Amino acid sequence: MLRSIVAASTLLVAGPALAEIDIQNVTSPAGHKIWLVEEPSIPIVSIEIAFRGGHRTDPADKAGLTNFTFGMMNEGAGDLDAVAWSKRADDISARIGFDNRLDRVEVSARFLVETLEESTDFLAMTLSKPRFDAEPMERVRRQILSGIRQAETDPSEIASQTWWSRAFPDHPYGRDRSGTAESVSALTVADLQEAHGRLMTTANAYIAIVGAIDAAKAGEIIDRIFAELPKGEVFAPNTLAVAPPPGVFVVEQDVPQSVAILGHAGIERDDPDFIPAYVMNYILGGGGFSSRLTEEVREKRGLAYSVYAYLSVYEEAALYMAGVQTANERVAESIDVIKEEWARMAAEGLTQEDLDKAKTYLTGSFPLRFDSNSKIANYLLFVQLADLGIDYINTRNSLIEAVTLEQAKRAAARILDPDALSIVVVGKPVGL
Amino acid sequence: MLRTLFRAALRAALPVAAFPAIALAEQPVTSFTLDNGMDVVVIEDNRAPVVTHMVWYRVGSADEPRGVSGIAHFLEHLMFKGTDEIPDGAFSKIIAANGGQDNAFTSYDYTGYFQKIAADRLELVMKMESDRMVDAVITEDHVRTERDVIIEERNSRTDNSPDALFAEQMRAALYLNHAYSVPIIGWRHEMEELSLDDVMTFYQRYYAPDNAILVVAGDVTPDQVRTLADKYYGPLKPSGHPPDARPQEPPQLAPRRISMQDERVRQDYVMRFYLVPAYDPENPGEAAALSVLSSILGDGLASRFSQSLQVDQKIAIGTGAWYYAQSRDDTSFGMYAVPAEGFTLADAEAALDAELAKMVAEGPTQEEVDRVKRVMRASRIFAQDSISSQARLYGAALSMGFSVEDVQGWDDVIAAVTPEDVRAAAEKHLIMNHSVTGELTRNGEEG
Repeated sequence: MLRSIVAASTLLVAGPALAEIDIQNVTSPAGHKIWLVEEPSIPIVSIEIAFRGGHRTDPADKAGLTNFTFGMMNEGAGDLDAVAWSKRADDISARIGFDNRLDRVEVSARFLVETLEESTDFLAMTLSKPRFDAEPMERVRRQILSGIRQAETDPSEIASQTWWSRAFPDHPYGRDRSGTAESVSALTVADLQEAHGRLMTTANAYIAIVGAIDAAKAGEIIDRIFAELPKGEVFAPNTLAVAPPPGVFVVEQDVPQSVAILGHAGIERDDPDFIPAYVMNYILGGGGFSSRLTEEVREKRGLAYSVYAYLSVYEEAALYMAGVQTANERVAESIDVIKEEWARMAAEGLTQEDLDKAKTYLTGSFPLRFDSNSKIANYLLFVQLADLGIDYINTRNSLIEAVTLEQAKRAAARILDPDALSIVVVGKPVGL
Repeated sequence: MLRTLFRAALRAALPVAAFPAIALAEQPVTSFTLDNGMDVVVIEDNRAPVVTHMVWYRVGSADEPRGVSGIAHFLEHLMFKGTDEIPDGAFSKIIAANGGQDNAFTSYDYTGYFQKIAADRLELVMKMESDRMVDAVITEDHVRTERDVIIEERNSRTDNSPDALFAEQMRAALYLNHAYSVPIIGWRHEMEELSLDDVMTFYQRYYAPDNAILVVAGDVTPDQVRTLADKYYGPLKPSGHPPDARPQEPPQLAPRRISMQDERVRQDYVMRFYLVPAYDPENPGEAAALSVLSSILGDGLASRFSQSLQVDQKIAIGTGAWYYAQSRDDTSFGMYAVPAEGFTLADAEAALDAELAKMVAEGPTQEEVDRVKRVMRASRIFAQDSISSQARLYGAALSMGFSVEDVQGWDDVIAAVTPEDVRAAAEKHLIMNHSVTGELTRNGEEG
């Protein structure tokens, strides 16, 4: 049995067949661009909309503004107060969620075909006519303030906030996206109205729809949803030079286990070395039980439950990050092991076997991302935001296949630098 | 985003319905049993050329012998080490080398293993999963290293979080006799002593085809699954030894109160668990009424708790209720309130109690019941979108002793719930003598 299993894995070169995903590039009558996949088998429609901008556009003295504003978007709109809005959503089975991130805000809507008309009007009203009533304002403000207090003793939150504030001391990325108790307490209805008008603009919108709907209908509903939104100004990003302070920075916290975050500059997605770096990272720290970090830190030494590394691309910065959570007595050893693997990969790169392994996994697992309508819609949105082109889903695997050992080694040598790692440890680490 | 604020309370507040997601006719479900007693469920969905392959064992942490808490979960980790035919550490690597993803999970009532992979690799994963059902190779070295890993896992999940520690204390106080009082991950002092012998005894006792359920969901036909299952799982010998019935709760005669203090707490809250019946195929209406009750009380801004405590009285900034209907033995009905500044935990608790009293006296309105039914129906339609969650739904139900028909009949049971059913369920089951109420604060003083 063993032999046949190994044979099966080496035979797999091209990866399993991809699902046929037929993406239509639709322009609505009013001129909005939509990527659409028709999937008639289930009577639902998933709509994903991203508005570029997000928390990095918060004014310096109004940290937390985007977060607060989008925490209020499902708290009443048009002629419906907060409770009436919630009842209406339930009554028409419309699921509408908001998420705000560093570079964008996202609206996720899931509708039933049977109530598509009512749901469309409801979403249009929700996006364009938020009420920002006094009752929900104060309730949501208190919830946010409570969250900020709770984050003060949560080791993972402290680690993340500390890492980002040291890496980006003079940039919105370095501020907590929830804001501070002081900044949130000072935000007014006028502030939220200003942020809503600035952020929810059609010039910054990206749209993906997957479900039981055709192109004409998709265009019609988007035009209705966007009818009352301003066009607005496009947010143009300025790429930053990323240079987080190297070395270890400890935040003392009385917990049994230390949380460590490590990171340095990464690589932009349009850089020719990006795909080779992505393939390389699968072997270093991205591939779960197939990664060197998991092998060395967890499997061989039992130092941690979870250890990982990933490439992260934001609109104004690209990062290479890693993390581990481990007992206070063993965190120093864990960090040493991670740095050693970082150095080994930078110096020696991958082997041909590593490269083959990474390619078979990355190409073979690609279809697993498309096993639900909402996952497909999310991926379409990602491809649009990253400006990868509408045929990316069909060409992505060939880009991975084309990576050579030389390219992967070059990417590793260029990007990985153990001495540049900026390391934040929260806990009571011994020996750091 | 606000959902992340009350991580404490919400971590506990998972499903409110017994079967939160039900496949409709569009995704045909077929079930059959192999000659050796292994149950099989096939869910067809041809949207993508992908399958989810799962094996569920009808054994979880609540079946552990006393003194070896965490052994079910520890074994789950060690099942990835290798077999007589799969080399040490190669299991997940082989799956990954074939473009697949794999993992496993342990609960009170079941332990499950799964792979998501291209449909043409189904035979490979069946071969591997059937092999480790009987031929796992686990050594002293594995036990030594992996024990450190599960202790780090406990640190991450529980000891680093006062909210998780509090939930652990609440459960321990809710159950007087049943093993649901013991955390799935285990008590640390017992985890530190888990041995190879403990692991192998548990493995040999419970891992057998007649104690397992195979679920395959995705781009596959029942005939293909039957052929492969006969080939790989069919030859395995049944144990003829189903899990033993567990020690049950005695009559609970006294309400319990706990008050936990942790220096890391920055938000006080009060929480209550009631011991209530789980879903019972003989009387599914009871669980249905409790499901509707928990939604009316605590689900969404229009729920009783939110409207009364948060919007109208402004006593609380967070509230919720939940009910775990899917459970082999008696389960919990929970609720919480996070007091607003200027209000005490006692204020928040009194306000929760006032809402409960009102529910018992007057029951819900027809409008409330109808709205909750609409929400549940919509959830079931939306849930069809995720084939993995469909697989999980059936696997969990069958591993707790329920049938495919129970899962599919849930729709009708919910549809039949009346306002009086909901009121009566509140009166009958939300009884203080069957409850534990807990307060979590920083130092015993509120602030």
